[in-house]
Amino acid sequence: MKNFAVGPLAVIAFSLFVAGCATKPPPAPPPAAPVAQPAPPPASTIVPGSAEDLKVNVGDTVHFEYNLYAVLDQDKSTLQRQAAWLAKYPNIKVTVEGHADERGTREYNIALGAKRANAVKEYLVSLGVSAARVDTVSYGKERPICSDSTEACWSQNRRGVTIIASGANS
Amino acid sequence: MRILGVVAAMLLAVAPLAFAAPLQVDVNQGNIQPLPIAIPDFVSVTPAAADPAAAAAIQNIAKVVRADLDRSGLFRSLDPKSYIEQITNINVAPNFQNWRVINAQGLVTGQAAMQPDGRLRVDFRLWDVYGESQMLGLQFTTQPATWRRVAHMISDAIYQRITGEKGYFDTRIVFISESGTALHRQKRLAIMDEDGANPSFLTNGYLVLTPRFNPSAQMIAYMSYTTGKPRVYLFDLETGRQEKLGDFPNMTFSPRFSPDGNLVAMTLEMGGNSDIYVMDLRTRQTKRLTYDPAVDTAPSFSPDGKQIVFESDRGGSQQIYVMNADGSNPHRISFGEGHHGTPVWSPRGDLIAFTHVTSAQFRIGVMHPDGSGERILSNGWQDEGPTWAPNGRVLMFTRTIQGGRGSQIWSIDVTGRNQRRVSTPGDASDPAWSPLIQ
Repeated sequence: MKNFAVGPLAVIAFSLFVAGCATKPPPAPPPAAPVAQPAPPPASTIVPGSAEDLKVNVGDTVHFEYNLYAVLDQDKSTLQRQAAWLAKYPNIKVTVEGHADERGTREYNIALGAKRANAVKEYLVSLGVSAARVDTVSYGKERPICSDSTEACWSQNRRGVTIIASGANS
Repeated sequence: MRILGVVAAMLLAVAPLAFAAPLQVDVNQGNIQPLPIAIPDFVSVTPAAADPAAAAAIQNIAKVVRADLDRSGLFRSLDPKSYIEQITNINVAPNFQNWRVINAQGLVTGQAAMQPDGRLRVDFRLWDVYGESQMLGLQFTTQPATWRRVAHMISDAIYQRITGEKGYFDTRIVFISESGTALHRQKRLAIMDEDGANPSFLTNGYLVLTPRFNPSAQMIAYMSYTTGKPRVYLFDLETGRQEKLGDFPNMTFSPRFSPDGNLVAMTLEMGGNSDIYVMDLRTRQTKRLTYDPAVDTAPSFSPDGKQIVFESDRGGSQQIYVMNADGSNPHRISFGEGHHGTPVWSPRGDLIAFTHVTSAQFRIGVMHPDGSGERILSNGWQDEGPTWAPNGRVLMFTRTIQGGRGSQIWSIDVTGRNQRRVSTPGDASDPAWSPLIQ
């Protein structure tokens, strides 16, 4: 949905760019391309193989139950998409961040976050991703994305997030 | 701190050592009846005009002593406005009747003077008002800039003379200074005096956690995310030098020094599993102590260095275990309701402080090293990560305010009384109490 909102702006920027170029003498722009095209802007605003591609089109986050670190069935499709995507972009290396909610002591949550990050890594490796391409880090409860002391918030904070470490397209 | 050159010398007693009813406070009873004590401003022998900075320092010594003793909960300093007698010469006995009528049981008189060599000399006497006798007389010589330390040493001497326990006022707190919003928290390493004075930042803001002093209070071990890879670092307070401790392929965290300062126990994570190791700082050799696939972390040495208390969820939930310092004979000691974590052995050896966890609520508690006598002390929403005063009578800890509204440092007596917020520059967490500074 976000993509539709972004789309028109991108098109306008593009035509300004073309107009700007056209005033300069040497290379003529490709003939009349932008004018007649009606449809596909949304997907084209995200560079394939980029961090945004992973986040928006693949899905970078999985969640965990309180004090547990097993990958949930409902999240396996997300990790399967991540594995397929990593197969498509073999130069990309990722780091899996493990996070915990605030209901654990500081050191315990760091250890728990490490278990969660590692569980995500192991699942990706079981799908054929090379272990050398997947690093892990735990932030314990130090990097919440939601600050209310409610289950709705805690469930968002108990998460594993796959981020690109290197090799992304931009 | 060793270089400050503070000299203490016994003053000649001007009154005979006679005790009618000995003035004393039982630390174990806490502050049911804090001892009323009068501490008039110290007599300044140096004319204020001669050295305004020294004069200001001299004027504030008694104020710092009053605040120290009040904070302990064992004393109640009387309002200087109520004093009838003005002390002008501390080398003559006071008129005790003038102090009895304002209900003072103890009286502290002091004077300070700049010496020709530029140092500050501070003398004080502690009097038993009802016994009409001097209990203590000490003299300190120091650089004027360190006058606050002299005030804290005076507080320590008074505390020790009256309670029989060592004081803890001439100590420092290393802690994490927090800033930014709940979702964009900056955490910096910081240090301050025990009373919150002289705060300073040791690192720039990003994310550092769980600092711990070594026994000489010169070195701090802590966890830092500064390089992106969370690791245990050492910070040398004398040189300001930071050093990554060891070169491990994975995360290291939760460091703590052995009582002799030669070892650091810490947690090393491999393939998601956290286990406890010790590194010998002299040889940089590491030795693995736990082998369980469960979480093993938060190690803390017993004061004799022979045992280590730690937390583990090997039994299905986070609980406290004790093992020998070589890793042998690990056994669970916490069997009460709820979970138990972040155990810290008292410097006296008699108790282990911990964080008690039930659903989202954390409390600070203590139990004996065999697990008996569990008591919950604090009553915040999330109180965690206790640290002991060097005399084993007071704890500090992190209090997190519900709903992402920040963190504070609080203290509480081991009796469960005298719970109070510790003054910090802004939000703060993960306090670690220094040993008594030598």
